[in-house]
Amino acid sequence: MFVRGLKRKCFDGEEDIEGTLAGIKAIPSYNLQRQSLLDMSLVKLQLCHMLVEPNLCRSVLIANTVRQIQEEMTQDGTWQMINTQSTGQASLDRLVSTDILCRSSREQAEGKHVPGYSTFNKDFEGDQAQNSSETMSTASSVQTPRNLHSNVWEMENPQENKGNFQKSLDHIFETLENKSPNSVEDLFSEVDNSYYDLDTMLTGMMSNTKMGHCDGLETFSPPTTTASNSNCKSDLNELDHIVEILVES
Amino acid sequence: SLAGFGNLMQDVLWCFSQVKGTIDVGVTEADIISTVEFNHTGELLATGDKGGRVVIFQREQESKNQPHRRGEYNVYSTFQSHEPEFDYLKSLEIEEKINKIRWLPQQNAAYFLLSTNDKTVKLWKVSERDKRPEGYNLKDEDGRLRDPSMITMLRVPVLRPMDLMVEATPRRVFANAHTYHINSISVNSDYETYMSADDLRINLWNFEITNQSFNIVDIKPANMEELTEVITAAEFHPHHCNTFVYSSSKGTIRLCDMRTSALCDRHAKFFEEPEDPSNRSFFSEIISSISDVKFSHSGRYIMTRDYLTVKVWDLNMENRPIETYQVHDYLRSKLCSLYENDCIFDKFECVWNGSDSVIMTGSYNNFFRMFDRNTKRDVTLEASRENSKPRAILKPRKVCVGGKRRKDEISVDSLDFSKKILHTAWHPSENIIAVAATNNLYIFQDKVN
Repeated sequence: MFVRGLKRKCFDGEEDIEGTLAGIKAIPSYNLQRQSLLDMSLVKLQLCHMLVEPNLCRSVLIANTVRQIQEEMTQDGTWQMINTQSTGQASLDRLVSTDILCRSSREQAEGKHVPGYSTFNKDFEGDQAQNSSETMSTASSVQTPRNLHSNVWEMENPQENKGNFQKSLDHIFETLENKSPNSVEDLFSEVDNSYYDLDTMLTGMMSNTKMGHCDGLETFSPPTTTASNSNCKSDLNELDHIVEILVES
Repeated sequence: SLAGFGNLMQDVLWCFSQVKGTIDVGVTEADIISTVEFNHTGELLATGDKGGRVVIFQREQESKNQPHRRGEYNVYSTFQSHEPEFDYLKSLEIEEKINKIRWLPQQNAAYFLLSTNDKTVKLWKVSERDKRPEGYNLKDEDGRLRDPSMITMLRVPVLRPMDLMVEATPRRVFANAHTYHINSISVNSDYETYMSADDLRINLWNFEITNQSFNIVDIKPANMEELTEVITAAEFHPHHCNTFVYSSSKGTIRLCDMRTSALCDRHAKFFEEPEDPSNRSFFSEIISSISDVKFSHSGRYIMTRDYLTVKVWDLNMENRPIETYQVHDYLRSKLCSLYENDCIFDKFECVWNGSDSVIMTGSYNNFFRMFDRNTKRDVTLEASRENSKPRAILKPRKVCVGGKRRKDEISVDSLDFSKKILHTAWHPSENIIAVAATNNLYIFQDKVN
């Protein structure tokens, strides 16, 4: 993927020093941002499990993203580094701007600057070097477009949930440390499996215990195959109604 | 008139017609509109909301006295379709939010529609009553039972006129067939069956039978830990009752023929665009996830919506779409923050106009976009209270992506991501559109000369 492309560009020793320096600077930044994305994704997955009814599509997409990152990190050899990292608090500090991740590989290779997350300012011509202010803190929404609805970190009871959040982050890193790079599967397996086993009971042929308001007397009018006029149709409806009145149901 | 209808974007000037809903700054969650659908004649317009309610609007007869009003939509019926439920087995709440409404074609004086939440589909009958029976034998006019020993003669009740009343009654409840969340329902062209699709399965129902459904698609893996793809939308072909399509979170569309086998796990056609390797990022899969799929009225094309684009596919060409339209490509560089705040998971819908010449979809900041397939022109319009003067012509909007921002343009950073247009509908034969902006429903029409 584009990480390799970037590395090769550096080690090829091509072009000028500025390009090389930019390349070298980009590598740790890219890794940090990728790590940040991984952390954010894992937290999202954990939060999924705490929600009332997880959105399966969203969970699957996030899990696939995590797998992608893990695969790339395994290939890079950077996956080993995770296991030696310490716990929760440090990870919060690592949540930096992931602007560079928004660039496509082509743009990265060209070194083109794309106004990304780091430039939510009124003047586009202004100073682009704003990295220090771009750290994404977990409790507040920083430097995001105005009126962005509450970000994923904020929930209804911020106090209570900071505690839960901390616990869940600890749990995630415990998971990462102790288990193999297939931790995504483990996260999925933490979902109560009985949830999925129920489907054999619930789908397919099942007697409906609850008829609701369905009235056995009135039937859904069958589609008419001949071109009968509308008077006839409304008469049938009236007839049903009249019968209903006569039997005083 | 059909002349110039949708043929050239410049011929169509969209005007504000009506807006439904409150202007209150604080939006009650229950009032958020979650689905919008015209019926087959366009006479009725239904909305469903997060509170489980359905509101049906009916178009007024055009009057010679007020030609400029051109058939306004007024409330015809309001009813509570779904209530919140609690699933005791899983200790989870089942939301009452109406995910989809689909109308049945009208076959008699009554109207029928299907409405669904995450788990249960209901068939509703909406009918008018303008006569009332009087003269029952067993009860008096107040409804109190009469003493049978006091009844000495029988009479036939008579119908007397009364004020028009519109009543909605649930005729069928199709429950207990979906483990996962229902995202789509689609009425078959045979008008006898319909399908309901959840994240992993699609079921076929007969309207007459509520205690049984046939599972026609099942993509649930034996081991849930291997799950990497879900069903995101499904629809029947408008004319061929054996054909349907379903889309996935990996950006693919499968067309299935129910005649080939009972379980349509093997698709007849598989539509997927090859990935552009130079454009690949960690968000590629997420933004390729299809949020909506719609057959054209002709049945020759399907349209899909993913996060940044709308694509039109020819049923005869599986390897790539014939047309791709950029909805808001300026968001491509913002995907990280959109992932952080979950906006990247927003499911936008898309619609065809009656002649399949123009397609429409929503965006952020209460913007919505239209693309003319013939002229390749597109326009961005806004649903806002500021542009809500009667018959006011909507001014095209433009998002500035860099460099100097012109007057009247809005910069990407100023976009309001909480104002999203996910649901829109287009009248089946006229240039009338309904746009749901959070808790408000906007109706726009083309300019009357």
